[in-house]
Amino acid sequence: MRPLLAALALAASLALPAMAVEPNERLADPVLEARARTLSKGLRCMVCQNESIDESGADLARDVRLKLRERLTAGDSDAAAMQFIVARYGKFVLLNPPVEPATYVLWFSPVVILGLAGTGIALTIRRQRRAAAAAAPLDPAEQTRLAALMQESDS
Amino acid sequence: MRKTLYLLPVLLFLVIAGYFALGLQPGRDPHELPSALIDKPLPDFDLPALAGGPNISNASLKGQVAVINFFASWCVPCKIEHPVLMRLATKEKLPLIGIAYKDAVEDSQRELAKGGDPYVRIGVDRKGAAGFDFGVYGVPETYVVDKSGHIRKRFVGPLNADTVEKELLPLLRELNRS
Repeated sequence: MRPLLAALALAASLALPAMAVEPNERLADPVLEARARTLSKGLRCMVCQNESIDESGADLARDVRLKLRERLTAGDSDAAAMQFIVARYGKFVLLNPPVEPATYVLWFSPVVILGLAGTGIALTIRRQRRAAAAAAPLDPAEQTRLAALMQESDS
Repeated sequence: MRKTLYLLPVLLFLVIAGYFALGLQPGRDPHELPSALIDKPLPDFDLPALAGGPNISNASLKGQVAVINFFASWCVPCKIEHPVLMRLATKEKLPLIGIAYKDAVEDSQRELAKGGDPYVRIGVDRKGAAGFDFGVYGVPETYVVDKSGHIRKRFVGPLNADTVEKELLPLLRELNRS
């Protein structure tokens, strides 16, 4: 029983995402802290690049977490606090790219490609249907041959 | 129409191969990012000088082309960069401004006494606050500032003979001319 429990505990701890936010960083005000946590999840750690600052243990991520909390405590809105970080580190820190002219290709190309593919398929199907419908009717000679063939298969 | 359709996979292959070729460029560093501050004015900073004397601030750099180098005694790539900076200081007579990023004063002093000091002035950024305003995410980083106090270029990571010859020096010549 003991080893099983230990294994389960280990599995559970592996499944939990790593929390890098240290206790001494947390804000006393739970509302502000919750806002800080939500915002941190959308900010990239510039050192590790594929982790948010909420998950990253890097020094720089810690600096940004503290700065973010400092701005929120100073009374910044969520947008203003994010803008503060973006002004220094660039739009690359946003894990969710904003919709703007530079990112239109990123956001809309899947829709455009889907649309083009859909139109292509629809056109092909329509052309095939029309070709089938437009097939010429059988002439008398073909009709007699068809009747003969049908009889043959019946008997 | 049919014939051109058969060319589609070839075209697709060429596009993908093109991107792979780009990714495999020997000089390409995917970690290198353009600074958010390019063509923006230098952020405000006011740092105590490592050697004592007046503070080093963005105002004190007004009216000259400046090269600002963030370094630290704990930073290993800085040691690789150090000979390049020394050569810039002695051969090119470049007035380098150093910023000791998140480094204890004694550590910076010891490191510079050991290897030589390529900087004309050094500001102490003990907590990394100035570094944060510059958007520093990895030392060494080097910023080129024009006469009007706007950041024109950032180099992330150690400068080497190649980047100095091909990028830094031509840019400085251009900025000094204007």
